[in-house]
Amino acid sequence: MKKLVTKTLIATAVATGMVGVASAQDLVVVSWGGAYTASQQKAYHEPYMAMNPDIKIVNDDSAGGAVAKLRAMQEAGNVTWDLVDMVASDAILSCDEGLIEEVNHDELLAAAPDGTPASVDFGDLIVSPCFIPQIVYSTTFGYRTDKVGDTPPTSINDVFDLEKYPGKRSLEKKPINNLEWALLADGVAADEVYDMLGTDEGVDRALAKLDTIKDSVIWWEKGAQTPQLLADGEVVMGSTYNGRLFSVIEEEKQPVAMMWDWQVFDLDGWVIPANGKNTEEVKKYLTFATDTQRLADQAKYISYGPARASSAPMVGKHATLGIDMAPHMPTAPDNATNTLLYNYEFWADNVDDLTEKFQAWLNN
Amino acid sequence: MTDTASHHNPRDLGLKPLQTVDGTPLKVSLARAKRRARIRAVLLVMPLFLFILVTFFIPVFSMLMRSVENPVVVEVLPSTVEQLANWDETSGEIPDDDVFNALAADFKVAAVDKTAGKVGRRLNYEKSGFSSMFRKTARKIKKLEPPFKEGIIDIDKKWADVDYWRVLKRESREYTDSYFLTALDFTYTDDGERVLKGDDKRIYIDLFARTFWMSLLITGICLVLAYPVAYLLSTLPVRSSNLLMILVLLPFWTSLLVRTSAWIALLQQEGVINSLLVGAGVLDDANRLAMIHNQTGTIIAMVHVLLPFMVLPLYSVMKTIHPSYMRAARSLGANPYTAFVRVYMPNTVPGIGAGAILVFIIAIGYYITPALVGGQSGTMISNFIAYHLETSLNWGLAAALGAVLLVVVLILYFVYDRIVGVDNMKLG
Repeated sequence: MKKLVTKTLIATAVATGMVGVASAQDLVVVSWGGAYTASQQKAYHEPYMAMNPDIKIVNDDSAGGAVAKLRAMQEAGNVTWDLVDMVASDAILSCDEGLIEEVNHDELLAAAPDGTPASVDFGDLIVSPCFIPQIVYSTTFGYRTDKVGDTPPTSINDVFDLEKYPGKRSLEKKPINNLEWALLADGVAADEVYDMLGTDEGVDRALAKLDTIKDSVIWWEKGAQTPQLLADGEVVMGSTYNGRLFSVIEEEKQPVAMMWDWQVFDLDGWVIPANGKNTEEVKKYLTFATDTQRLADQAKYISYGPARASSAPMVGKHATLGIDMAPHMPTAPDNATNTLLYNYEFWADNVDDLTEKFQAWLNN
Repeated sequence: MTDTASHHNPRDLGLKPLQTVDGTPLKVSLARAKRRARIRAVLLVMPLFLFILVTFFIPVFSMLMRSVENPVVVEVLPSTVEQLANWDETSGEIPDDDVFNALAADFKVAAVDKTAGKVGRRLNYEKSGFSSMFRKTARKIKKLEPPFKEGIIDIDKKWADVDYWRVLKRESREYTDSYFLTALDFTYTDDGERVLKGDDKRIYIDLFARTFWMSLLITGICLVLAYPVAYLLSTLPVRSSNLLMILVLLPFWTSLLVRTSAWIALLQQEGVINSLLVGAGVLDDANRLAMIHNQTGTIIAMVHVLLPFMVLPLYSVMKTIHPSYMRAARSLGANPYTAFVRVYMPNTVPGIGAGAILVFIIAIGYYITPALVGGQSGTMISNFIAYHLETSLNWGLAAALGAVLLVVVLILYFVYDRIVGVDNMKLG
């Protein structure tokens, strides 16, 4: 009898121990790697894990091509990701395809410190019911300060002006942004750009404008290419993501400066894969990681603007460089004189068609 | 039994068939032994065969099937598709109320299941605008009351456009040729005829041609560069040839991205080669050569990456050519050139064949190097297959492009077999 009691006690102890082990949970968070994942690690993951010792956040750097991988996972019926960082256009596509979950933003996300509900705090940036915005980044231009003489470029027209600024430019090898910039430089008013791109004549006009610099363009496909081309002096100016330019300028101290005219805002944020295994845990994490303070904290590590209106006044200094981050945000008033917001609906409808036209133009 | 058998066979008249020790006819025993050997061979190959079947053939086959499969429209909009059968798409009128009522019913289900977006995406490949049309309609359908025709057109006026309905009806079939048409630069007109696309939208045929042309060129350059090296390697004493072999293999052990970036550093306009040439006064500073981010750069970088695939088969074949062949040719009166061309070269053909096919096949499917240094004129078809797999999610088109590539390669392989002979290929 005594023996039996001991056995039971041991069994109970072992079982309790196992419960303890099982409740330590891994959350697989997919993001872009490099400096970007590092900023999320510092601002979101580490504080959350400190508060919740049972949770272990595992970073997976495969956000490039995540939509295709998510689709493959859904088809195989084995979703191994818990949370994915995506640009807004991919989130809209994945939401259409049913690859990710719709969320109720006000239910899931924390209100601003002054009580403003999340849906108002994020405002228009909630571009899809599946999308939880995190940062605003922009695609804009950097130029070599040593190759432009005393008159640095200040407007999108300068990108198309080979006489004033001879030399190569780097542009992304896709129609998005380039067609808009071409029309703006051709004198089209910003609010007419998409109406015009909706017609064949408008597209032809944009391509004709791009024709004027076609022979001086190096086309990039990976975000790291323009910073490298600028650092090597291969191009006079080039488009890329503003965070990449920030690190070329402030961290690597290259003779490069920003040209913010008609920067195109785009959004990056979280999406929850459909049929995920830890959806409930991930939602708790999301509530924390997207509150006003956390979003402001991320800007200490990378120069992307927080997606909440309430976070903007709380943006401080860079964690290691010690410089004020507010003026480096794409949303800073001095930088945001002329801006476009990526037109998600237009491009979701027209990307296939215009990619064909753009590629045919490139090949001719 | 053996008696009757032998009577029927006139040649064996009076003779008993050969038998093994235990009395079974030799023929039967031999057949048995052969069958055992066959079963053994099948069993030995079976694990690998199953492995290849499961990890290669089935996935490739199911991927290729996506180039014709088209289930999504009829799955999500079943009653609409049924009603559309009664609609005459040549009438120039949009469908009647029955179709719109069916559409509303289908959409109400689709909005709950969240499947409408998928159909919108699918149809958007055929005609721009479907994507937003389906997203909007799914969002607003829940609150829609009859009459549905007016209500749905109110949500998006594209529903009143007969062209959208034509595409919807056309793509309600379960199997489609539209991906293959796109892959070959064809399209449907509004009347449903298949025609070649206009100049401003034709991309894939040119890309296929460029891919094959570049791959052939790369194979040719590899052969010209590798042949002397392999010859040298095969004639040197083992000690020094091993050292050289390491140099040939060294690129194999370096990451592809590192090698490609190294070429960028060397070839770009502010790069090492241009700076040396300018420094030496060969080039004017304003006229630096554009050697990267174009076709030239892609070819140079790819030749470098693929060179070992040519050197190794050539080397292994040359190693087996006995030096006495050449000596015999010389002693029979051939001059060095004739001896080389008539005796040595024909002996290396199996190596040339193996190396050329290896390099060509790898080159045709290459995409990292062209993506990084291809620029405007160095893009290859695999860059587009990758684009449609990863970015546009148009897997049907990716599969169709892949299938076209596969078919052309198989045709080339057949031609190659006719000219050179596949049996004539030797990898080592």
